[in-house]
Amino acid sequence: MNTKAILEVKDLHAWFGNTEAVKGVSLSAAYNAVTAIIGPSGCGKSTFIRCLNRLHEELPGAYATGHVLIENIDIYDKKVDPVSIRRKVGMVFQKPNPFPSLSIFDNVVAGLKLAGVKRQSTLKEIAEQSLLSAALWSEVKDKLHAPGTSLSGGQQQRLCIARALAVEPTVLLMDEPTSALDPISTAKIEELMTELRKKVTIVIVTHNMQQAARISDQTAFFLSGELIEFGETSQVFTAPQKEQTERYITGRFG
Amino acid sequence: MNHTVLTEHMTKKYQQRKITNRVMIGLLASASCIALIPLLSIFIYVLAQGLPGLNLNFFTQLPQPIGETGGGMANSIMGTLTLILTASLFGIVWGVGTGLFLSEYPPGRLSNVVRFSADLLSSIPSIIIGLFVYTLIVIPMRRFSLLAGAVALGIIMIPTLARSTEELLRRVPVHVREAGLALGLPRWKVILRIVLLGNSRAISTGIILAIARVSGETAPLLFTSFNNQYWQRGIDQPTSSLPVQIYTYAISPYEDWHQQAWTGALILVSLVFMMNMMTRYLLSPRRSSK
Ligand SMILES: Nc1ncnc2c1ncn2[C@@H]1O[C@H](COP(=O)(O)OP(=O)(O)OP(=O)(O)O)[C@@H](O)[C@H]1O
Ligand SMILES: [Mg+2]
Repeated sequence: MNTKAILEVKDLHAWFGNTEAVKGVSLSAAYNAVTAIIGPSGCGKSTFIRCLNRLHEELPGAYATGHVLIENIDIYDKKVDPVSIRRKVGMVFQKPNPFPSLSIFDNVVAGLKLAGVKRQSTLKEIAEQSLLSAALWSEVKDKLHAPGTSLSGGQQQRLCIARALAVEPTVLLMDEPTSALDPISTAKIEELMTELRKKVTIVIVTHNMQQAARISDQTAFFLSGELIEFGETSQVFTAPQKEQTERYITGRFG
Repeated sequence: MNHTVLTEHMTKKYQQRKITNRVMIGLLASASCIALIPLLSIFIYVLAQGLPGLNLNFFTQLPQPIGETGGGMANSIMGTLTLILTASLFGIVWGVGTGLFLSEYPPGRLSNVVRFSADLLSSIPSIIIGLFVYTLIVIPMRRFSLLAGAVALGIIMIPTLARSTEELLRRVPVHVREAGLALGLPRWKVILRIVLLGNSRAISTGIILAIARVSGETAPLLFTSFNNQYWQRGIDQPTSSLPVQIYTYAISPYEDWHQQAWTGALILVSLVFMMNMMTRYLLSPRRSSK
């Protein structure tokens, strides 16, 4: 396994107008590592990962400063096109959000099709592969042309994962991907992540401590926009260095 | 003790509520039926009055000079279709484009001004728009023309289309747009291919309504495209149209022309009706989900 850092965040600040939601965060992630972001509601976890694909700045009044290096390229460099960054950094949202008007197949290949890939054979191949990687293929292979929204919540979320994988990102951001799902779908997605990590570097926001402990290599604990503690997951959960971290993971926190 | 009192009370209330519910639904249903009466009676009346004059000649022949019987409104039918088509060419692009601008770009002074103007424009009587186009196009060109008529109709389409498109796109949740952006698609592509195309059915409904609204417009055409008694000769020439022809014939003193006017009205109503059905069919889920 390559241990070189693929993702390096240096002094990242994110703002909503005059409010600072992320206050100078620095951390890094190695190739194929799974990084969990934990912390109480409103501490800036979503804002933080939305800075990693420059989606944050798409909200009116929102902007970010600092450096985020992905494969040694600073995505906040003025010369960098945010659109090209988002092809390398995929994202899965809290609520499954397949494109409502598109079929399952078209949802998976939307990123490619809209970028101009036309060859049906290529699209079919990639759709199958992505759906296989997202552990959804066997459930949908006979109804690829049904609307994406006709699937169950858990299936929709895996469809969104397949859609993100289809453009072959190097980093996959997941913002509480299982919080809207039942335990069985959650287990499926966790299982899936242990496979996915072979291909992509994952950053996942979660409210579920057990989930963070189960699936991640390293954990970052946020509080009011600041990174309080960052380290190996086992260390953060068994021997936290900071008192706030300990209070949070033992549940003695707001 | 309290418990039984409460239960009794609630049961009584529930009975009352059920009755009120029935009464209200009944009232609403009859109100809806009453609203249908004018629509149906217009349709039936137009049908009854118009059918006797309906024959093939009506669709294929030009109007006859006064005194001669027969003839048709072929040129007016073509004229109306050409007018609508030309008006749609820029009315739809402009109207939907304005709607896109209003919904997709950050709110600011410009969008407020645009929105306000659109609302104002839609409440301006269409005859004023006709006058405006008259001074803008007819006077400089020194003649009535299809172009002027189409511009007048197009302008009438813009505000309704802009607002219906805006309202519609606003209802598309942010997370759909974000899903597109997160795939590495440029914003314009997300807007056009996912937000707009994904709602093409609803947007077409807005377009149909706008077209249906202008199909029957008469006042602005009176002094823009005017009328003629022969086939359309060019975009810079006056053109006949169903509404103006109906108007001309209806106020004439000739029995024969009155009949023609009714038949013209029947065609106009059917035209709008058909446009509606056609688009509905084209965009039915059965077809679009292929
Ligand atoms: N669109 C917005 N406009 C203004 N402030 C916002 C916006 N979104 C979030 N914030 C603020 O930024 C801070 C961080 O929010 P963020 O959504 O990143 O929290 P979070 O850690 O993801 O919370 P949760 O666990 O509830 O999802 C919060 O204080 C919130 O009030
Ligand atoms: Mg969040």
